[in-house]
Amino acid sequence: MNWISNVVPPKIRSFLRRETPENLWVKCPDSGELVFHKDLEHNLHVVPGSGFHMRMPVKQRLDSLFDDAHYESLATPDVPQDPLKFRDVKRYTDRLKEYRTKTGDPDAVRLAAGRMEGVDVVVAIQNFDFLGGSLGMAAGEAIITGMIAAIDRHVPFIIFTASGGARMQEGMFSLMQMPRTTLLVQRLRAAKLPYIVVLTNPTTGGVTASYAMLGDVHIAEPGAVIGFAGARVIEQTIRERLPAGFQRAEYLQEHGMVDMVVHRKDMKATLARLCSLFMHKHLENAAVSAQADAA
Amino acid sequence: MRTYLDFEKPVADLEAKVDELRALELNGESVSIGEELTRLEAKATKALSDLYAGLTPWQKTQVARHPQRPHFNDYITHLVTDFTPLAGDRAFGEDQAIVGGFGRFQGRSICVIGQEKGSDTDSRIKHNFGMARPEGYRKAARLMELADRFDVPVLSLVDTAGAFPGVDAEERGQAQAIAHSIDVCLGIGVPNIAVIIGEGGSGGAIAIASCNKVLMLEHAIYTVASPEASASILWRESGRAEDAATNMKITAQDLLRFGIIDTIIPEPAGGAHRDRDRILSATGDAIGAALGDLASFDREAIKMARAEKFLAMGRRI
Repeated sequence: MNWISNVVPPKIRSFLRRETPENLWVKCPDSGELVFHKDLEHNLHVVPGSGFHMRMPVKQRLDSLFDDAHYESLATPDVPQDPLKFRDVKRYTDRLKEYRTKTGDPDAVRLAAGRMEGVDVVVAIQNFDFLGGSLGMAAGEAIITGMIAAIDRHVPFIIFTASGGARMQEGMFSLMQMPRTTLLVQRLRAAKLPYIVVLTNPTTGGVTASYAMLGDVHIAEPGAVIGFAGARVIEQTIRERLPAGFQRAEYLQEHGMVDMVVHRKDMKATLARLCSLFMHKHLENAAVSAQADAA
Repeated sequence: MRTYLDFEKPVADLEAKVDELRALELNGESVSIGEELTRLEAKATKALSDLYAGLTPWQKTQVARHPQRPHFNDYITHLVTDFTPLAGDRAFGEDQAIVGGFGRFQGRSICVIGQEKGSDTDSRIKHNFGMARPEGYRKAARLMELADRFDVPVLSLVDTAGAFPGVDAEERGQAQAIAHSIDVCLGIGVPNIAVIIGEGGSGGAIAIASCNKVLMLEHAIYTVASPEASASILWRESGRAEDAATNMKITAQDLLRFGIIDTIIPEPAGGAHRDRDRILSATGDAIGAALGDLASFDREAIKMARAEKFLAMGRRI
């Protein structure tokens, strides 16, 4: 509040405060074309001309996946904060506060349950805007919670990955999320529930080297960077320029690591189709018992 | 010829003096030298054990990477009889960065896998400095599955700066190979023991260290990313590696406190390379004890105990 807000009447005050988004026009990193931000939003954050898939805000992603944009948010568990009492150029606790304010979320993973073209699923989404989507204790525990929820509800589990990898500030506690999440992948398998990974830009490091590469089906968004080692590290090691398209979704598909590269507009239909194909027994039984109930 | 690390200079000076005196004594130059020699030797020994009792994480990093530190092959030679190495991932190739095979430990069958860093230029190149490609992890997974089928416990000897970062490794699915190896490690119904003998570097380490028991040598390090890599991520300069090593809690002592490892194997004063036989035997004893603890578990109990251990990690600190 400054002096002017105290003297101007409320109606005019709101006029003064009218917020203008910082960037009304967004530049496509690929083609350089300028897109009006509303147009981008309406197009699921895909640049209309070039087809470049920009980062999609978590809420909009969830809205786009579930029938009537209706879903239940699942709580993510609390975890010990800052086990290493870590500080680099900033204190880790300060960094956490900063990102919590920025995103409105406790950490980098959001969970939701609901229906996708009539098929029940549990979905986890990694938010790259929260400290690079890094895999710390909170994210690991959230993913585990989501997988347990899928098992309890006997529904498929779908995860949208986006992460630079481990959360450095949590040291070895971060690395331990690799075996921890893998254990729950095994339980999904034992429960005969589909586990589908959607790799979005970027998915690298310890995330790729654990649950992101253990899906029954791997789907990637066009152009997404997917890999283990970062491009800069590889360049420094081999001292050569990297081949064009290296570590992109299409490259991974070519090398047998990804089943399909799917445009965002087709994502929901593809996921729903796969889930209903895998869950056919369960869905048929459910239909039969629903009929019996009606009769 | 002994190689000294920079921070060992005071000890190096003392030991050089001891050597000088010893040479004099051999020449029979002076009578009173014996007493002085004993005094100096005691001083050097004390300086060494004092120094090693208070190593900083960065100093431990250097000890863990010491070129004379015992490596995979030394452990095999000392601890395993009838060792029969097996090769290849049955898909693409053979990766010598990870060595694996079957043999006998304390008279019983064992499957051993682990990274070998090499000990001279030729062997270092042959083993790619202990940095494995996907074939190495796929071979490890293959051997663990064999061990599972034949009811043979698995021993992982971990010593790597990390999985190899290269175009070919990425092309052939480094991430998937590591993920699969973790998956197999956690899924087998036979006991598995990992020993971090030097460097436990990131995904390249956890790929074969997702085990029932994780043992660690006193001055080994176990990291989410090497101190150099962490420094370049966090401070944007790899020169801050010492700060990264300090802040990231990579020592056996910290990790035992956090419940991430199960046992510390004490090293001789001056580090494992000062007395190889002693550390190799001590490691053998620790492995024997760990296997003994798991001897009464059936297949389901083994899997359950492993899962419970990892799932409990970090839930109470």
